[in-house]
Amino acid sequence: MGSHGNDNLESSVKIPTIKFTKLFVNGEFVDSISGFNLSLSLCDRSISMFLLVCHVDKEDVDLAVNAARHAFDDGPWPRMPGSERAKRMMKFADLIDQNVEELAALDTLDAGKLFSMGKAVDIPSSADTLRYYAGAADKIHGDVLKMSREFHAYTLHEPIGVVGHIIPWNFPTTLFFLKVSPALAAGCTMIVKPAEQTPLSALYYAHLAKLAGIPDGVLNVVTGFGPTAGAAICSHMDIDAVSFTGSTEVGRIVMKAAAESNLKVVSLELGGKSPLIIFDDADVDMAAQLALIGILYNKGEICVASSRVYVQEGIYDKLVKKLVEMAKAWVVGDPFDPKVQQGPQVDKEQFDKILTYIEHGKREGATLLTGGKPLALGGKGYYVEPTIFAEVKEDMLIAKDEIFGPVLALAKFKTIDEAIKRANSTRYGLAAGIVTKDLDVANTVSRSLRAGTIWINCYFAFGNDCPFGGYKMSGFGKDSGLEALHKYLQVKSVVTPLYNSPWL
Amino acid sequence: MKAGVSTILGGLASRYFSWGRAINRFSTSVAVEEPIRPTVQIDYTQLLINGQFVDAASGKTFPTLDPRTGEVIAHVAEGDTEDVNRAVSAARKAFDEGPWPKMTPYERSCIIYRFADLLEKHRNEIAALETWDNGKPYEQAANVEIPLVIRNFRYYAGWADKIHGLTVPADGPYHVQTLHEPIGVAGQLVPWNFPLLIYSWKVGPALACGNTMVLKTAELTPLSALYVSKLFLEAGLPPGVLNVISGFGPTAGAALCSHMDVDKLDFTGSTNTGKIVLGLASKSNLKKVTLELGGKSPIIVCEDADIDLAVEHAHTAVFFNQGQCCCAGSRTFVHESVYNEFIEKAKARALKRVVGDPFKKGVEQGPQIDGEQFKKILNYIRSGIESGATLEYGGERVGSKGYYIQPTVFSNVEDNMLIAKEEIFGPVQSILKFKTFDEVIRRANTTQFGLAAGVFTKNINTANTLTRALRVGTVWINCYFVFDAAIPFGGNKMSGNGREKGIYGLSNYFQVKAVVTPLKNPAWL
Repeated sequence: MGSHGNDNLESSVKIPTIKFTKLFVNGEFVDSISGFNLSLSLCDRSISMFLLVCHVDKEDVDLAVNAARHAFDDGPWPRMPGSERAKRMMKFADLIDQNVEELAALDTLDAGKLFSMGKAVDIPSSADTLRYYAGAADKIHGDVLKMSREFHAYTLHEPIGVVGHIIPWNFPTTLFFLKVSPALAAGCTMIVKPAEQTPLSALYYAHLAKLAGIPDGVLNVVTGFGPTAGAAICSHMDIDAVSFTGSTEVGRIVMKAAAESNLKVVSLELGGKSPLIIFDDADVDMAAQLALIGILYNKGEICVASSRVYVQEGIYDKLVKKLVEMAKAWVVGDPFDPKVQQGPQVDKEQFDKILTYIEHGKREGATLLTGGKPLALGGKGYYVEPTIFAEVKEDMLIAKDEIFGPVLALAKFKTIDEAIKRANSTRYGLAAGIVTKDLDVANTVSRSLRAGTIWINCYFAFGNDCPFGGYKMSGFGKDSGLEALHKYLQVKSVVTPLYNSPWL
Repeated sequence: MKAGVSTILGGLASRYFSWGRAINRFSTSVAVEEPIRPTVQIDYTQLLINGQFVDAASGKTFPTLDPRTGEVIAHVAEGDTEDVNRAVSAARKAFDEGPWPKMTPYERSCIIYRFADLLEKHRNEIAALETWDNGKPYEQAANVEIPLVIRNFRYYAGWADKIHGLTVPADGPYHVQTLHEPIGVAGQLVPWNFPLLIYSWKVGPALACGNTMVLKTAELTPLSALYVSKLFLEAGLPPGVLNVISGFGPTAGAALCSHMDVDKLDFTGSTNTGKIVLGLASKSNLKKVTLELGGKSPIIVCEDADIDLAVEHAHTAVFFNQGQCCCAGSRTFVHESVYNEFIEKAKARALKRVVGDPFKKGVEQGPQIDGEQFKKILNYIRSGIESGATLEYGGERVGSKGYYIQPTVFSNVEDNMLIAKEEIFGPVQSILKFKTFDEVIRRANTTQFGLAAGVFTKNINTANTLTRALRVGTVWINCYFVFDAAIPFGGNKMSGNGREKGIYGLSNYFQVKAVVTPLKNPAWL
């Protein structure tokens, strides 16, 4: 069974004082108009702690949109040179680096994420993301066009305006910056709604943005629930674009609200059921490692989790043996403990959902190779054992639905064509992994899989310059890379006649 | 102690205020005053090879002179073939073995960003050094050039992790990609008119792409590059990536251009020297060459132009940096209907130009770089007068020491006069008259050069027609000398080849490798 870390960790990690719990609108922390407070439970690990965070309603969203609108229509942000925006974004990044410990602790408290990972990866790499887009802010090129008659024409890539960002709870920091950084670089102003489970770091970032010289009204943060605050953003007539990361179910609501209001531009990064295909010629250790990390990283609470692993028959037995051994040695426990590899699921709802899926898997006839149970650490928290099912068929619920937990569905295949077909038989298309040494197999499968990212002999190989986003019902529009910048720009063509031009 | 240039400026301010009135009039007197002593120290005079400051192999040095007086500022190590060989092998090793090209692009960008921060911190000393060695106004160096240098480096730092190859649609079942790979060891030859600005145009993109380099400074202005390259090492640039050689063209420069282990040359300077550079590259290993050479850039002032605006820009276009700009607007074509008005105003503006010690506040024009240029310019002025152009203003040296020349304005200049054909590289404005667009387009293009042009008009169609008709690398419409890291710059015809700055500047420093492999059963093509 997944072993667990220190039961009695009253860790050396200092739980930070929570400094910011109000809304951030037009450069100030303010109470919500409704006066509601959101009771945020931080009892997902071995400690219990309650905190009141402002809970916003439509009126608060209106205020935030007004501020963003004003900052866009009349403010300095879209009117300053890209290099000046870049300077302030660089300062913002430096401020994040200076507060890594505190920020990582906020995300761990809020989401049960590993503190050590937050400190080493999530927080610093978000500063890097900001720097990447800072470097892009002065490189937004339009084109000068070839007209078929005597015309001079060119394109302007203009900031799209006021953007609503809706951020999920699984990567509160990473996704905050994947959305906010390119929008800032483009010259947009914005309203960010973090998930109701994880509002704390977003408020802290708003504070840092102000210190970095991002003008008031450019970056507003409203905390609250989807059906109220989120819905108000999606249907707002004065928001020009909405960028959402979350479930496919909610993505549909977002798009509908946009359609029914002002047809705002929508980008959606939604769920996934990403396949990892391991071919006979794969290195077993590497393949097992990728399969394991692919599903257990961030407790499986990641949209690109490799939750379906297809293994070619020649390597199947060896690989499965290795994978089960590794899963059993995986350390589950308090996320503040540096030895721990997996913390608790984010909340009771997710925890219950995962356990229900595990029951489905058993009932539908998949073979449970390891795990399958909750782990009671000190009687508290939402810990789930790393779980592997074998002989999973595409029509089973555990192969179809996004579980968002440490539950892996394994299946055996014979031919490339079969693997491609089965890997594609899903409504999702976020990412896929291929493990093979064969160049032709790698190339053929890469082009055949209907997914937004293909990792060959690697997984989770994200990069700031590498666009990320889904096919099919995993959404549309890219985060990361210069593609993401273009999500926050719109193209204007400018045309004027030419007289006596010596060339066309 | 390193220069507190703010103290210099404090001193300057009091001088300025006590003699402020004199400065506002034509300031011939300023030049004959005792030169203001810059409080920056000369700390680096050796060659920078493989991260170390070293003497020349020969032990030789040469003096670098103060253009205000012709006196020696410092003796600088004189690089020659053997030093170039050492520098190239250091750069070769740094390229072939790393770590520079093997680092992540983001790490490279962080080092360049750090360097830009250090430049900002030391900007006053750097500007003082630039002024001392070159003679350009301190305020121009500190407020215009050094900020542009910083901007260039930040701009290219931001490119380092965004240099994209393409995936390419071939006609058939092939997977094709292009890799944009660093070229290798670059030889860079920087001129004396903008020693650091052009350093940044060359070093910034070369580093962003992952190259290593040997940079030869101009023998007239070796100091600032050594100073800032030391800051690059402080910022974390690995040894051997950027080597700096002081020395002369026929020795150190020629050795670099002919070197078999140098993969790329990037030269800014005169058209004549550019020909030599290209020749040496072709005689040795056919290394790729980027050239940014001379110019005789036209400014066209149309009938409908805002004349005051045009006068001001045309003035700056030819007098900025003592006229020592490759893209100086040295032929000003003015429509006949506004010709007389333009001349009167241009003359009045030249009369107001403040010439004097470049360290003095409010000074717009310092001395020419050296005695040779000084004499050459005075000869051109004489030739202008002899060939029948009307000397409206200036034409004389200022003071008796150093290389100061009056802002000089000629009218009634004809296309066939020497002053209308050759690059003078001095403060000499030539004003010509035109009647029709076709005529002015033809005359503006009748030159071996093609670097830049200015157009002054309010009419969108005139602007578009002239823009497309002028055979030059940059057209400034109702402005001039708008330089920015993102705006490409370079010449047509004998003004050079290639473009520096902007996204185009990157392409001088990577080469494209196409990678092709067949596809088996592709899902789409």
